[in-house]
Amino acid sequence: MELVLSLGIALLTGSGVWLVLRPRTFQVIIGLSLLSYAVNLFIFIMGWVRGGAAPILERGVAPDPAAFADPLPQSLVLTAIVIAFATTALLLVVLLAARGLTGTDHVDGREPEE
Amino acid sequence: MSALDHLIALPVALPLAGAAVMLLLDERRHALKAAISLTVSAALVAVAAALVARADAPALHVYALGNWAAPFGIVLVADRLSALMVLLVAALGLSALVFSLARWRRGGAHFHSLVHFLLAGLNGAFLTGDLFNLFVFFELLLAASYGLALHGSGPARVRASLHYIVLNLAASLLFLIGVSLMYGVAGTLNLADLAVRLHQIPQADRALLEIGAATLGIAFLVKAGMWPLGFWLPATYASAAAPAAALFSILSKVGIYGVARVWLVVFGGAPGSEFLAWGGMATLVFGMLGLLGSQELGRLASSSVFVSSGILLAALGLGGPAATAAAIYYLAVSTLGIAAFFLLIELIERARAPGADLLAVTAEAFGLEDDEPEPEDEAGVTIPATMAILGLSFACVALLVAGLPPLPGFVAKFALLAALLEVESPSVAVWAFFALLVLSGLAAVIGLGRAGVREFWAAEGRGVPRVRVIEMAPVAALLGACLALAVAAGPAMQYAYQAAQGLHAPAGYVGEVLRKP
Repeated sequence: MELVLSLGIALLTGSGVWLVLRPRTFQVIIGLSLLSYAVNLFIFIMGWVRGGAAPILERGVAPDPAAFADPLPQSLVLTAIVIAFATTALLLVVLLAARGLTGTDHVDGREPEE
Repeated sequence: MSALDHLIALPVALPLAGAAVMLLLDERRHALKAAISLTVSAALVAVAAALVARADAPALHVYALGNWAAPFGIVLVADRLSALMVLLVAALGLSALVFSLARWRRGGAHFHSLVHFLLAGLNGAFLTGDLFNLFVFFELLLAASYGLALHGSGPARVRASLHYIVLNLAASLLFLIGVSLMYGVAGTLNLADLAVRLHQIPQADRALLEIGAATLGIAFLVKAGMWPLGFWLPATYASAAAPAAALFSILSKVGIYGVARVWLVVFGGAPGSEFLAWGGMATLVFGMLGLLGSQELGRLASSSVFVSSGILLAALGLGGPAATAAAIYYLAVSTLGIAAFFLLIELIERARAPGADLLAVTAEAFGLEDDEPEPEDEAGVTIPATMAILGLSFACVALLVAGLPPLPGFVAKFALLAALLEVESPSVAVWAFFALLVLSGLAAVIGLGRAGVREFWAAEGRGVPRVRVIEMAPVAALLGACLALAVAAGPAMQYAYQAAQGLHAPAGYVGEVLRKP
C-alpha cells in the first residue's frame, strides 16, 4: 500500500515538474494541477496509511489511537484542495487574458526567436 | 475574558467583513465604497495602535479562536513583532487607499475589496500562531495580490502576473509539503507546541523535521525575494499599479517575518544561520547591482526591495538579539520608505513623455547625449512648486534607502553596524556583511542620485505633472511616519529590542501560548 502510494506521488510529481517547465501556458497549468494532486496525497499519507480505519471515535468505546486514522491531515487536505482549486481557476483566467493580450500562449508572452 | 481581549481578532475580521460588504455593492457606487473602505482602514489603524500599546507589556496577548485551548485549537498571538507588523499593514493600507481614490480605484473591478482581502490576509499571517493557519492566510493574501497585480490590466501587467502567480502557486505547494512533513514527524502544527516537542523527537526523525522546515523556508524565501529565488520580483513590482506596488512592499516582508518566527521560535535560530547570512548578502549584492544598473524608477524601487530583504535576512542570520532588534527597526523604516517610493514613482512618471528617456543611462554611458544646450540668459529657471515637493520627497526616499542622516535609515544601519561590531570573534561573514552594508549605501546614493538628477534637474522638455493633494498626502504621511521614527528613535529601538528579545528567548512565548486557561 505504502509503495503504491509513494510511486503514485512520485509519478505525479515528476510529470508535474516536467510540465511546469514547459513553455506553453496550458502545459504549466496542467503541471501545477498534477503537482497539487501529488501534494494532497502527500499530506494525506502524513496521517499514516491505515486501511479501513475511520477518523471517528465511537460512542461509549474507550478510544484506542491505534484503531482509527488521524483526522487532522484529512481536514488539511480538504482545505488545500479548495485553495488549489480556487487559485487554479484564477490562473486559468489570467492565462486566457495573456493569450488575448499578447496573441500567443508562450509563457513569456512572445514566441522564441528562431 | 474582557472585551479588550477580542481586539486581536479585529485586524482579520474587520477587513474581511468590509471586503465582503463592498463585493455586494454595485461598482458605480464609488462614494459609498470609498467611505466604507476608508472607515474600515482608519479603524484598522486605531486597532493596530491599540494592539501595539497592549503588546508593549510583559504579558503576551493570546486569543484562542472558538475558545479551544492552544495545542488543539488555533490561537492568535500578538507579541511585539506581530503588533508592529499589523500597525505597518494598517498604515500602508490607509495610504494606498487614499492614494487610489484619485485615479486607480477606477482601474478595474473590486479594487477596494481586493485591498481589504489583502489586509485581512496580511494581518492574519502576522498574528496566527499555527502553521496551517499561516498557510491559509498566505493563500488569502496571495489570491488578493494576484488580483491587485493585475489591477489596471495591460500586456505588461498580465505577463508579469502570469509569472508571479505560477511561481507563487509552486511555492505554496512547497509550503504544504514542508508543513505536512513537520506534522508527520512532530504531530502538531502549533508553533509553541512544535518548539516544545522538538526536544522530544528522536534523533533519527530530527532530519526529516528539519527537511520539512527547510522546505517551508524555501517557500518563505521565495516571497522574501532572496537571491536566487527572487527573479520574479522586479517585473511584478515595477509593472503593478502604484497603490498595489506600495502594498506589495510589505508582501516581501511576510516572507522575512515567517522565517524569523518559525526559525527563531521553533528552532532557536541554530541550524542554517550561515545559509541565511550568505543568502542575504547575495540578495544585497544583487540589489546593489540593480540600483546601479536600473534605467527605470520602478526597477530602482524593486532593487531597493532586494537591498532591504538582503539586509534583513543577513542580519537575522548573523546577529544575536541586538542585530535582530536593529533589523526590526530597519524593517519598519524600509517598508514605509519603499511604499512611499512606489507611490512617488507614479507621480513623477506622469510628467514624462512616453519612452523619452527609457535608455537614459545607456546614452550617458556611451556619450550619446546631445551637446550641452547653450546656456540661457536668465539667471535660473524657477522650479514649479509641484516638482519641488516631488523632488524633496524623492530626496527623502533616497536618504532612507541609502541610510543617511537625518532620516531613520541611518539610525537603523548605525544600530546594525554597532551590533555587528559587538559580535564576539567575528567570522568572515560578519565582516563581509559589515562592508556590504556600507557599500549598499554608496550604491543607493549613486543610483538614486543619478535618477533624481535625471528626473528633476535635467528635465528638458518635460511637463509638470498634475498631482492632486489627495495623492501627495499619503506620500507625505508615510515619509512623516519615517521622520517620527527618527525623532522617537529611542523608544522605537527600545520596543524593537524587546521584540527581538522575545524572539530569541521563546520560552516566554511558548509558556504563554500553552498556558492552561
